[in-house]
Parts: sequence; structure tokens; C-alpha cells
Amino acid sequence: MAILITENTRVIVQGMSGRIGSFHAADMIKHGTNVVGGVTPGKGGESVLDRPLFNTVREAVEQVGAEASLIFVPPPFAADAIMEAADAGIRTAVCVTDGIPSQDMMRVKRFLRRYPAERKMRVIGPNCAGIISPGKGFMGIMPPHIYMPGRIGIVGRSGTLGYEAAAQMKALGIGVSTSVGIGGDPINGSSFRDILELFEADPETDAVMMIGEIGGPQEAEAAAYARDHMKKPVVAYIAGLSAPKGRKMGHAGAIVSAFGESAQEKVEILSAAGITVAPNPSSMGETMAMVLAQRKAA
Amino acid sequence: MDIHEYQAKEILARFGVPVPRGGLAYSPEQAGYRARELGGNAWVVKAQIHSGGRGAAGGVKLCKTPEEVQAFASTLFGKQLVTKQTDANGKGVYRVWVEGASDIAQELYLGFVLDRKSERIMIVASAHGGMEIEDLADKDPDSLRRMIVDPAAGLSEFQARELAFQLGLRGGQVAQMVTTLRACYRAYRDLDAVMVEINPLVVTHSGDLVALDAKMSFDTNALFRQPQVAELRDRSQEDPRESTAGDHGLSYVGLDGDIGCIINGAGLAMATMDMIKLAGGEPANFLDIGGGASPERVVRAFRTVLADGNVSVILVNIFAGINRCDWVAQGVVQAYKEVGLTIPVVVRLAGTNVEEGKAIIDGSGLPLISADSLAEAAAAAVSARPRKAA
Repeated sequence: MAILITENTRVIVQGMSGRIGSFHAADMIKHGTNVVGGVTPGKGGESVLDRPLFNTVREAVEQVGAEASLIFVPPPFAADAIMEAADAGIRTAVCVTDGIPSQDMMRVKRFLRRYPAERKMRVIGPNCAGIISPGKGFMGIMPPHIYMPGRIGIVGRSGTLGYEAAAQMKALGIGVSTSVGIGGDPINGSSFRDILELFEADPETDAVMMIGEIGGPQEAEAAAYARDHMKKPVVAYIAGLSAPKGRKMGHAGAIVSAFGESAQEKVEILSAAGITVAPNPSSMGETMAMVLAQRKAA
Repeated sequence: MDIHEYQAKEILARFGVPVPRGGLAYSPEQAGYRARELGGNAWVVKAQIHSGGRGAAGGVKLCKTPEEVQAFASTLFGKQLVTKQTDANGKGVYRVWVEGASDIAQELYLGFVLDRKSERIMIVASAHGGMEIEDLADKDPDSLRRMIVDPAAGLSEFQARELAFQLGLRGGQVAQMVTTLRACYRAYRDLDAVMVEINPLVVTHSGDLVALDAKMSFDTNALFRQPQVAELRDRSQEDPRESTAGDHGLSYVGLDGDIGCIINGAGLAMATMDMIKLAGGEPANFLDIGGGASPERVVRAFRTVLADGNVSVILVNIFAGINRCDWVAQGVVQAYKEVGLTIPVVVRLAGTNVEEGKAIIDGSGLPLISADSLAEAAAAAVSARPRKAA
């Protein structure tokens, strides 16, 4: 079943007629993703990659039953594209766009709250690599060949570090159910906790690799969730143990950033919650292998 | 993006925040002239740099005569001012702000920031502002008042009033505080700020509120729709290597080590730096080449890293998704030839078009050190460093 995307998910691409949009859409189709169309305002009726283009997301939902949308729209228009998808009834939107203003994302999150839970769209990203269920389909910019199909979920802020984890696990014969890049922006659509919830409920996922980094409160929140609500083991790595303290003007940032935002503090919080933390970025795969072996033995 | 104090004061004054009268000077003579123009018998002369902690660093002085204003200003111009918030090089003083001295009965603190937890704007305020605010936040966090503003409704008067009373303000000060808070909030929201700080916000002996200092930072992602803000950028306050790199789509931060790093993705860059440290080395920089990097951008990355004279080895670590290993490899080869590299280069490629990339590296005939994994690459970079003479 995996999470968020399977071979059956009907996917559209917002911005599919653009150079980057069409390039990645072609790759998605090549790897079995069920891409049913694209949206480019003003190009409705044309086609790209043998798929129909629509002027609006609503038309794509009505005419080809779009359920998920990959958004490749430039930063000034990306927030609007996300809200359009939500209003049209898309279930999952993945936004790759890097450089969306923070206040636009605040507006998007406020906009999403107007929908009841059962009709509320899930946003992954922005500024993320996307999501992939290896062997089934993907929405994003990742190189699909580095993932082996399997039963481990991956969730991370950084795209490339997520690739690194997948490649290390593949080298050890460990496959992936779904990998989710939640993105590196201060305000993102889905948090670590949101994705852990999905993995915990997914019968095809046995354990989760969580890749965090310095800054922000989300790892601490995820740690509490894993401790209180998860039966499946979580392995984590936190990037930035050697990063120098950022030099920001003024005191406000320093006053507001609470305990738990440095890499070292995050490692402590995760460990205290029973999560196995990989000591360095080249041992993410080994640490997962060790935890899986312990589970088996127990 | 940061701006100067005087610019922040001008902006906030436009939204209704009370600020002292003052004038900007580009020379000591002009500073003296500003003092005469303002009148009065005491002036505060303040170095304009993109940093806090200027007072303790000798960048601010209360002067009693226009001659003293000019004399002090002449010690500031051209100086690299090093504060607690700058690096060891400090920041150059090219502008000086002169304003009439205010009498101070009490100092308050006021800050507006993006709160990542609530994903809304947070106001932080304290009845004890001034230079020790961070110590106070450490020792007595409860003395800080925090309030979250829902952007859908904006900052209501009752919320602002509540905060004013919590800070112990009374009478007409409450109304002034409400005006100040709402003005800062509107400036934050309308101009896509990420930080507004008034420290101190003083209460004068006559009971009025005045913003004695002001700082603002802006969301660089929103500058496309804030042209007046974008114009305030002052490159003299930026690390020239970082801003030049930024012009070419590279995200660069200089550090103290000797292993130059060229990596894609901020997370992988941080992880590679962690790995270098673990292998016993020190990274010379953080550098993210971004997505879809052309060979030219990779050459630019080499030039950026090599501008740091401490670099004795370069580690290229690319896990390509939206990037292409063959483009990166072409860039490495091109850099080797164009830049005339004499130091060892370790290259680790993975992901999109990795076979093509490796073929270019292996077929180049250049003395490039190939590595297959992150651990291997870090170890190779550390051992490729020339041994320092004892």
C-alpha cells in the first residue's frame, strides 16, 4: 500500500508545460507513475507527453479524476497554485518550488484550515525533493533508481540526505516503502510527526528512518509522538552537529529559539524518546540494519 | 536581508512608531553639521552597521558639543567594528546616525519574529529591555511576555492593550504602546519582514514612548514584491565571498578549516561537514551548489572555495536528483583546467547520470581522487591534505 502514492494514484503536474515540469513528468511516467494530465493556465486543450493539459486544477479533477498534484510553479505563484489544488479537491499536493515567501505559506496553511478534515488536502513541501514509493510511482525530482522497494519508510527535510539514506540502505539490502521529503523551509505543509503517523498506520512499513537537521521545533515534536504513539521503531540522524552557530542580527531570534533546536539537543531529545540515533551520516543504513536485526531477535 | 538602524526607524516611523529626530552622515563634518541642524545640547552618535551590540563595542557615544560629535564620528568612519554579533573581522562603518539625546526613565524590549512552532508571528516583550536582554531570557524566561498573532485577524487592540498592561504601563502610555505594537505588526506584515526589534523602547521622564533603536530583517524570498525594501540592501555589510557566491546561485558560508566543500543540498552539505570533522578534518566552508547546476556554476563554486587561502584540499560530494553528475563532472574538469588547480580534489558522485559523470572524471586523465561513499570521500579528503610543517 505504501503511503501517499501508489501505482494507482492519479497524478497531475501543475506547471507541466514548463521545461522542468515536463522533464520530471517524463521521468515519472517512465518509472510507472500514473500521470493523467497537467495544468497550465491558458494552455487547456493542448497536450504534453501525450497527456491532456487543463486550464484549471478543477477541470483536471472533474475530467481525469486527479487525486494528487505535483507543483512546479515559480515562487511568486506557488502559494496560489497550492490553494487552487486544495480547493479543487486534490488529496495530496507535493510542492517542489524553492523560494516561496514565508507569509505566503502562512496564508496557505490558514486557507487549508477552512476545509473539514475528510476533505482537507495534505501538502508535502515546499522546497522538497518529493515523495516516492519505489516500484510504484513518484512525484518529485529524485533519482528513482537509487531506491529499492521494501518496507522501511524514510522522512527527511533534506532531499539529498534522503537519497544518501536510501542508497546506504539499498547497499545493505534494505528497501523502502515510501520516502517523503518534507522540505527545508521554516513553514512546511507536513511535519515529521504528520508523516510518522502515516507510516505507523501503514501495514507495508515496518520501521522509519527520520532525517532531521538543526533549527526548528519539529524533531522534538516527532520524538514525543514516537515515544507515546508508535510501535514501529524509528532510526534518526540529525545533520549539523559541526555547524557553527548562525550569526543573526538582533536578539529576537536567540530569545525565541527554545531548547531543542541545536543538533546536539535534538540528538538528546530523540535518544531520550527511545529513538536510535545514527552517530554519523554514513552510518544511517547500518544503524537501521542493526535496529531491524534487534527487532527480529526479540 | 538586514537593513540599518536608521532605515528601520524611517520605516517604522512611517507606520506610526515614535522615533527620535536624527540625521544621517557620510562624513565626520556632516555629522557635526547634523548636530547643529538638530539643535539641543546633547546628541547620540551611532555607527550604522548590520549588527547589534554596537554600544559595548564602542560604536555609540553621547556627545555634548557638535565638535565632539564630529571628533567621535571621525574615529568611526572606515573602522571595522567588531561586536558580539559579528565575526572577528567585524563590519565596516560607512554611515553614522546622529540624533538628539533622549532622557530615559525605563527601557522596554519589543521583538516580532516568525514563530516556527505556531507558524505565526510572535511578539516578545519585556519590561526590562536594553543590552542584557539575552541574559535575562536565559535566567528568567518568565519575565518575557509572548503573544501569538493570528494573521487572519491581525493584532487586535485588546491584545496590544493586554500586553501593555502586562509590561506595567499606565495612563497615556498604554495608548502609545498600542499604537507602537500595531505599527510594528503592520510593518512586519506589509513589508514581508522576518524580524522587527525595538531595543530599547524607552519611557521618557515625561512619560512618552520612544524607539531608541530599531532593527529589521526581511524575507529574501519576498523581495521580488518589495522593491523599496530590496533597494536598501547594503553590500558593504555582507561578507563579499558570500554575496558574490549568492549572485551566482551558490549558497556559501566561510569557516575556519582547510577542507573546501562543494556539495548539493544544505542537508547533505551539513552532513558532509559532520563527516569531515569525524574523520579528523575541519571544513573550510559550507557550499551548496543548488539544483540544476551547470558546469559553469560548478567552476564558479571552485573559484569561490579557492578564494579562501586556507583551503588545502577540495571535496566535491554530489548526490544528484535535479542535478546531473555529468554536468558536475564537466564542471570539475573545466575548473581544473581554467583555474589551474594545484591542490588535491576528491570527487564523490551519486544519483542522476552517475555513470556518465564517473566516465568523465576517470577519462579526464587528471589526478582527481574518486570516492564511492560519503565516509570514503571524507576520509580521502582528510588524508589528502598536505602535512603541515611542524
